[in-house]
Amino acid sequence: MKRVVITGAGTINALGQTVADTLKAMREGVCGIGPLEFRDVERLQIQIGGQVRGFEAEGRYNRQQMSLYDRFTQFTLAAAKEAIEQSGLIFSGELAARSGVVLGTAGGGVSTWDDNYRAVYEEGKNRVHPFVVPKLMNNAAASHVSMEWNLKGPSFTVSTACASSNHAMAQALSLVRSGMAPAMVTGGSESMLCFGGVKAWEGLRVMSRDACRPFSANRNGMVQGEGAGVFVFEELEHARKRGADILCEVVGFAMTSDASDIVMPSKAGAARAMSGALADAGLNREEVGYINAHGTGTAANDKTECAAVADVFGPHADRLMISSTKSMHGHLIGGTGAVELLACIMALRDGVIAPTIGYEEADPECALDVVPNEAREAEINVALSNAFAFGGMNAVIALRKV
Amino acid sequence: MNITDQVIAIIAEQAVLEPEDVTLDSSLESLGIDSLGLVESIFAIEEAFDITVPFNANNPSESDFDISSVGRIIEGIKRLKAEQA
Repeated sequence: MKRVVITGAGTINALGQTVADTLKAMREGVCGIGPLEFRDVERLQIQIGGQVRGFEAEGRYNRQQMSLYDRFTQFTLAAAKEAIEQSGLIFSGELAARSGVVLGTAGGGVSTWDDNYRAVYEEGKNRVHPFVVPKLMNNAAASHVSMEWNLKGPSFTVSTACASSNHAMAQALSLVRSGMAPAMVTGGSESMLCFGGVKAWEGLRVMSRDACRPFSANRNGMVQGEGAGVFVFEELEHARKRGADILCEVVGFAMTSDASDIVMPSKAGAARAMSGALADAGLNREEVGYINAHGTGTAANDKTECAAVADVFGPHADRLMISSTKSMHGHLIGGTGAVELLACIMALRDGVIAPTIGYEEADPECALDVVPNEAREAEINVALSNAFAFGGMNAVIALRKV
Repeated sequence: MNITDQVIAIIAEQAVLEPEDVTLDSSLESLGIDSLGLVESIFAIEEAFDITVPFNANNPSESDFDISSVGRIIEGIKRLKAEQA
């Protein structure tokens, strides 16, 4: 089995349009959540989100590209460029033939669906642009990354709601670990912040109208975000031979299914995913210093997740740190695990634990060290990143310092 | 702008050329317009003239709309507009 490391990272989200800006914001506990701005927002009950601002597709992409790139693809291409350029890899010959791209997204081109439904239903038009299908399809972002960077190996898109990115990165890890691919571009993206995208979430009545306060007793729901996180996963020896800067090692993962309820999370399913990732990585639970929580800020997730952590880690649960950066960038749905992996990398590389901001009141059902409100300096060697999706599909990734 | 000038403007934009470089006997292929560019041009023509162009990308030669040159396309549009009137 090959060892797998991360040699490039890129992102765009409400906190920043590069990894450096995002990590700076996380260190400073910046809240990227604010009033939403888009057509018909006044008809929504939920009017806040972690929206990407100042990202102009014009100038970045030409007219033909604009007609093919939904916003989730635009985000992905920006993040992929940052990650691949950082890695220094040039995909040609055998490397290109065997390397691919696996990305997660829950909704794909949601705003393309939204705009075109509006055109035919509300405006009564009988004709839509010919590229609606290639623009909205869930694999559009992965396809454009493959074309832009000459990735000719295994490429596909994974869609498991809020665990999409973690499931995608787990697939990339498997492909590199098995020797099938020397390197994989992986992560995920989401762009649901449009009228239809937020209206659908409103229906579930799990959204907060004012803030995302994970683990706080007065939490009142989740807040949507948008953006992308993209990484280069590379076989360790391949990276060493070319003297690449290694950000951290991806040591293991596990995927479980609750097989119980379409929306309510299960403690057992979450616990099995965390303990499975430790077993896969060959780690003792005492080695884990930080968990980037799924931490959505809903009543159900946060108490279930804390109970699962307590079950898996026993007495060590009180010594490790667990935080939810969704409090800052919002819930990026299918892209969330990818952006949150950045907090794990910062913990391992820089010794800075991103905080859970908006924390106001202790909850006895979430009695863990949630790194409230302020980032903390700490030397840790192993971090886990949790993602627990609607549909009861869970994926946890384990990272280790190199 | 008359129909001819409008169609030339649409095709020139698609081909990223100046309208002067698009002549009536140019074929779309010679202007560098590929199959995706072709369906996008037809969409733009339908929007501009409020017509439905009977064009099937699976079988362009058997469609009831001749796209072999810019001039033929303009003739087809004129016919469709006349039928509409």
